[in-house]
Amino acid sequence: MTLAFPPQTSQPQSLPPGLQPQGWLRYLSFSLDHKVIGLQYMVTGFFFYLVGGALAGVIRVELLSPISDFVPRETYNEMLTLHGTVMIFLWIVPVVNGAFGNYLIPFYVGARDMAFPRLNAVAFWMIPPAGFLLIASYFIAGAAQSGWTAYPPLSLTTPAAGQVVWILSVLLLGGSSIFGGINFIATILKLRRPGLKMMQLPMYCWAMLGTSFLVVLATPVLAGTLVLLSFDIIAHTGFFNPALGGNAVVYQHLFWFYSHPAVYIMVLPAFGLVSEILPVHARKPLFGYTTMVYSILGIVFLGLIVWAHHMFTSGTPPWMRLFFTIATAFIAVPTGIKFFNWLATLWGGKIALNSAMLFSCAFIVHFVFGGITGVALAQVPFDIHVHDTYFVVGHFHYIVYGGTVFVVFGSIYHWFPKFTGRMLNEHLGRLHFALTFIGFNLCFAPQHWLGLNGMPRRVAEYDPQFTMLNQVSSVGALLMAISTLPFLINVAWSAFAGPVAGDNPWRALTPEWLTSSPPPVENWIGPAPLVTHPYGYGVAEDQIDLKSTTGQQLWSRGR
Amino acid sequence: MAALTPRPEPSSSAAAVATETLTSATVAASIVESPASLPAEEDEEGHRDVRMFGLTTFLVADGMTFAGFFAAYLTFRAVNPLPLGAIYELELVLPTINTALLVASSFTFHRAASELKQDRPSAFRRWLLLTAALGVAFLAGQMVEYFSLPFGLTDNLYASTFYALTGFHGLHVSLGAMMILIVWWQARKPGHFTPEHHFGVEAAELYWHFVDVIWLILFGILYIL
Repeated sequence: MTLAFPPQTSQPQSLPPGLQPQGWLRYLSFSLDHKVIGLQYMVTGFFFYLVGGALAGVIRVELLSPISDFVPRETYNEMLTLHGTVMIFLWIVPVVNGAFGNYLIPFYVGARDMAFPRLNAVAFWMIPPAGFLLIASYFIAGAAQSGWTAYPPLSLTTPAAGQVVWILSVLLLGGSSIFGGINFIATILKLRRPGLKMMQLPMYCWAMLGTSFLVVLATPVLAGTLVLLSFDIIAHTGFFNPALGGNAVVYQHLFWFYSHPAVYIMVLPAFGLVSEILPVHARKPLFGYTTMVYSILGIVFLGLIVWAHHMFTSGTPPWMRLFFTIATAFIAVPTGIKFFNWLATLWGGKIALNSAMLFSCAFIVHFVFGGITGVALAQVPFDIHVHDTYFVVGHFHYIVYGGTVFVVFGSIYHWFPKFTGRMLNEHLGRLHFALTFIGFNLCFAPQHWLGLNGMPRRVAEYDPQFTMLNQVSSVGALLMAISTLPFLINVAWSAFAGPVAGDNPWRALTPEWLTSSPPPVENWIGPAPLVTHPYGYGVAEDQIDLKSTTGQQLWSRGR
Repeated sequence: MAALTPRPEPSSSAAAVATETLTSATVAASIVESPASLPAEEDEEGHRDVRMFGLTTFLVADGMTFAGFFAAYLTFRAVNPLPLGAIYELELVLPTINTALLVASSFTFHRAASELKQDRPSAFRRWLLLTAALGVAFLAGQMVEYFSLPFGLTDNLYASTFYALTGFHGLHVSLGAMMILIVWWQARKPGHFTPEHHFGVEAAELYWHFVDVIWLILFGILYIL
C-alpha cells in the first residue's frame, strides 16, 4: 500500500518531433491523442448543433402562422429531415459519446489513451465529411424529405438523389459510431489500470460500456437496412416497396431495432455524466453505486427488446402490442432507480448550485417528465390517440434536449476547466441556464397540449385553433437560440482570459482531476493514479482531522 | 453553503483540493498491485495487445448486420407469399459443393496456422495458398450459380433477398480471400510471422471462420428451409 501525492504539474513530455503536430494545429490534424479527438468531436458537434438549431428556427418560423407562408412545403420537409438527422447523428451521438467518452474514459480506466488510437481518429474524421455531405445535398439536388426515419414508401417516392446522399451520410456516421463503440468496449474492459476493478470505475464508464454494447449490437442492423433501402431507390428492388411485393413494416422493425436503442445511446451517456457531476457539487458519494450499475445493464437489455412500441399503429398483431407494452413499462424500473439514486445523492448534500449543477438538476426534472410521457406513450390505447402528433415531438425533446443536451451543457461547465485550464464565467453561465431552461420549457411543454388535441407532426400547415400555442412554442425556440450567445461568448472569452482553474477546481476525486489542466499528452507524468473510491466524498469524516488532511492523502499511486 | 464559484489559488495543486469537505484517508487506503503482477501480454511499452478483442467485437457487429438481413428474410418468408407466376427456384448441387469447399477451407486455414505454430513456414504458406484457392473456388461457384439462375435481382422480393444475402456474404468472402493473400505475401519474408507473434494470421483466420459460419446459416435458411 502506498500513500502518494498528486501527479506533478511539470511541462508535458513532448513526443518525438514530427510525430504529432503541437499547439492549436493538432486540433486540425489526424491526432491520435484521445483528448484532442474528444475536443475535435466536441467542437464539430457544436458546429452542427448550431446548424441544426438554425434548421429548427426555420421550422418554428414556418409554424408561427397556420398557413404555409415562409418556405415552400418541399423545403419545409427538407428542413425537418435535416434537423432531425443533424441533431441526432451529428450533435448528440458524437458529443455525448465521442467527445466526453474519448476525453474521459482513458482517465477513468487509468490508461494513456484509447485501445485503438488510429481507429479513434478515423472514427472522428468520418464525421465532418458525412456532415458536409448531408448539408451539401440541400444545395445540390435537394435534401431528403422523408424525415429522420426515412420510412418507405415515403422515402421511395420523394426525390431520390437527396435520399441516397442521406443514406450514404448516415452509413458513414453509423460506421464512425461502431468504430467508437468497439474502441470504448476494448478500452473499458481491457485497458484498465492493474488493480482497478470494474466495480470501482466511475459511473460514466459503465454508462459508456452499456452504450457501446448497444452501438455494436444495433447500429449494424440500421446499416444493413439502409443498404437495402438504397437498393430499393437505386436498383428498383422491392424489399420495402409494397407495390413490388415488398414489406414496408419490415423496414420499420429493422429501423426501430436500431433507433429505439439509439435513444439510449443518446441518453445513457448523459446518465453517466450527470452521475459524475452530482456527487462533486453535492459533496456526497454517489448513492447506490451497485444499483446504478445494474440499472444501466438492465436498460441496455430492455432497450434491445422494446422497439415495436414505435409501431403500434403499423398493424402490429395483439401479442406484439402486449409484449412491447409490458417490456417498455419495465424500463421505468431501472430508470426510476437511477432517478431516486440521483435524488438521494443530492439529499442532505452540501450543494453548490453553480451552472454545472443547475443544468444537471434541470436534467433530472426534464427527464422525469419525459420519462412519464414515455411510459404513457407505451400504452397502446393512449399511443394510438397521440401517435404522430406533437405529443411525441414534445416527449422526444424532453428526453433528448431537456435530458441529454442539458447534461452536455452541464458537463461543459464542469469539465471546461480541465479542457482549457481556465474557468467559465459563472454569471454568463447562469444567464445561459436561465434562457435555456425557460426557452426549452416554453418551446416544448405546449407541444404536449397540441398533440393531445390532435395537431399532427411534420406539417407546415395546421388548424388555426393551434396558432396561439405554436407562437408560444416559437418564442421559446427564439429564447433557446438567444441562449447560445452567452454560452459562445463565455467559452470564447474564458478559453483565453478566464481565471486560471488549477488542477482540481472542484476538489473532485475522479482521476481526470488528478493531473494538470489541461493534462499532458499521455495524461499523467509518471504512473497513473489508482482511484478506488471515485465518489469518496465525506466518507468517515469524523475520523480524520480535516485541517491536516492534504491532497497527498487522498490518492494512492502505484510505484 | 459551499462557494458558488470556486476561486482556486493558481499556485497550489495539492493544497487546493484539501479543503473543508474533503475526505478521509480511507479513500487513500487502496491496494496497489506491484508491477510484477502485470499481465503477461503487456508489451515493453506497457500497451496490452487488444487487437484480437477489437476484431472479435467488430465481428459481433458484422454478425448483427447479417442477423438483420436474416430476420428480414425470415419475416418475408412468413408474411409475404411469392406472387403468382413469379419464378424463384434454387438448385442444391452446386451450393452444396460450395459449402463443402468453404468448410474445407476453414480446416486448411487451421492447418496452416498450426504449421506456423510448429515453425514450418513453407508448409504454412502452402496451406494458406490452398485456403485462398478454396475461397476463390467458392466465389467462382457462386458466379456460375448466379449466371445459371432463372431470375434476376429485381424480379421479385425473394430474388432480391437472395442476391442481397449471398452478395453481401460473397463480399465478405472476397475480402477474406484478399486478407489471406496479403498474409501469404507478407509471409514470404522469413520472420515476418513467428510461431509466437502472428496477429495477421490469427485475425485472418478468425475472420475466415466467421465468414464460414455465416455461410452455414445462410445455406440453411436460403436453400434448405
